[in-house]
Order: sequence, then C-alpha cells, then structure tokens
Amino acid sequence: MTVTSFTPYASLLGGALLGLAAVALMAVTGRIAGVSGIAVRLFPPYEDNQLPGRLAFVAGLVAAPLLWSIVTGRAPAQSIDANGIVLVVAGLLVGFGSVWGNGCTSGHGVCGLSRLSTRSLVATGAFMLTGSVTVFIARHLI
Amino acid sequence: MAIFIQLLIGLVFGLGLVVAGMSNPAKVLNFLDFAAIPAGTWDGSLAFVLMGAIAVTFVGYRWVLKQSRPLFGTGFHVPTSRQINARILIGPAIFGIGWGLAGFCPGPAFTALASGKPAAFSFVGSMLVGMLAARWLSSRESVGTLSAHTP
Repeated sequence: MTVTSFTPYASLLGGALLGLAAVALMAVTGRIAGVSGIAVRLFPPYEDNQLPGRLAFVAGLVAAPLLWSIVTGRAPAQSIDANGIVLVVAGLLVGFGSVWGNGCTSGHGVCGLSRLSTRSLVATGAFMLTGSVTVFIARHLI
Repeated sequence: MAIFIQLLIGLVFGLGLVVAGMSNPAKVLNFLDFAAIPAGTWDGSLAFVLMGAIAVTFVGYRWVLKQSRPLFGTGFHVPTSRQINARILIGPAIFGIGWGLAGFCPGPAFTALASGKPAAFSFVGSMLVGMLAARWLSSRESVGTLSAHTP
C-alpha cells in the first residue's frame, strides 16, 4: 500500500469544486452530475439528444489533470496499486454496479445526498460498507 | 455554447477530483481502510471531500431548482423514484466491491486516462463493458416485467 497524507483543506476545497460543477450542470442542463449515468449514455441506444454535451463533460474530466500539470508544473499524485486482472475485475464491478444501482459516488454520494434522497442514502451506505469490507479483506485478511 | 459550458463544467469537476486527492486511488483505499485507524495510516480526507461537495450542492440545488427551467433545456430532470428495492442495495454493493479493489470510481477513472497509464485504460475499458452489461440486463428485465403484467 502507498501511504497518503491527511489533506482536510485541499479535500474540502476539491469537494466544493465538485459541488460547484454539480450545481452548474443542474443550472445549465437541468441534469444530475452523475458520472456513471453520463458515461453509459455515451453509447447507443440514445434516449435523448444530449450526447455532445455528455461527451464534452467527459472530455473536461479527462483534460483536467492535463490542465493541472500545465499550471502547477507537475502531474497529480496518482498511485494505482492494483494489478492487471484485479483492475479488470474491479472495472467490471464498478461499471455494472453503478449502472445497476442508478448511480455512483457522484450521482448518489454528492447529488443524491444533497437532495436528501433516501435511495441515495441507502446506496451510499451500501457502497461505503462493501468498499471498506473489501479493503479490509484485501489488506488485513489475505 | 451549451456544449462548451459542459466542457468547462467537466473540467471543474475533474479539477475538483484532483485538488481533493480523489483522483489518487491510494488515497481512496486509505480512506476505506478503517482498520488502519489504530496504526495511524488511515486517511480521512475523503470525508472532507464529501462534506465540501454536499455543502455546496445542497445550497446550490435549492436555489437552482427554484428557477423555472435550466439555462439550456425545458425542465429539470431530477430522479423521482423513491422506491427502496433490492436493486438500490445490490447495485451499489457490487460497485463498492470494485471501488475497494482498485480505488477507482467512475469520475476518477476518467481523469486517470490523462496519465496515459495502461492500467487506467484497462480499468475504464472494463468499466464501460460492465456499464453496458448492466443496461442491457436492465432493459431485458423491464421488458420481462412488462410482459409479466400484460393480461
């Protein structure tokens, strides 16, 4: 495992930026800033004509670290400890689960909780629980 | 114009993930590692990400949703379902296992593509396959439910 330092102020600020983006997306398009929902709707069959906007949003997500690197002169800290097959299995589970449950950390965790949605509270509790149990098993039992 | 604004919004969202440290899988896994609290290697930062995000969104949504319509569009598309069913537990439970295995949820996975690392591409590729599989299964299931209720 890679040890990381506690960054309450940067994390609070970063969180506020996520909130700002979520509010802006609602104000501009009238939609929830849920990354899993946006990602799955990049593929046909299309149920509306919002594809260009969704592509633009995802392009912004991908471009953000590049902008960060240009401005600060260094790449954002990122250590991926999982290896080949674990990454693929994890990706399948994250993709399947987030669409099956109608949302991920952004749609349920940020937007849903901010709307005081009971469904999102249940969802957030569920992924926090299984996420922490998975880390416990992977790090302390295996 | 609307598309350019959505690019900027995606950029702000991505910068939020980077500034918050959430784009770093190690930081996410260290947050989920509650058993590391006694050892002192637990990283509680992600709780602050959620607090910052919810504080802004809670206040911002209240104001935005009072408007008659969004800037571009005819109305607000806010989820209306209030049903607590197996799906709202099982989906997120499966998602959480994958999140705990790699430390990536969908947003940070997309920002990781910028690094050009093969690991990021294999994660995003399999994530999209998982997403499409869930949508396909979901559409089949709803067709099944419909026909089951047809007299």
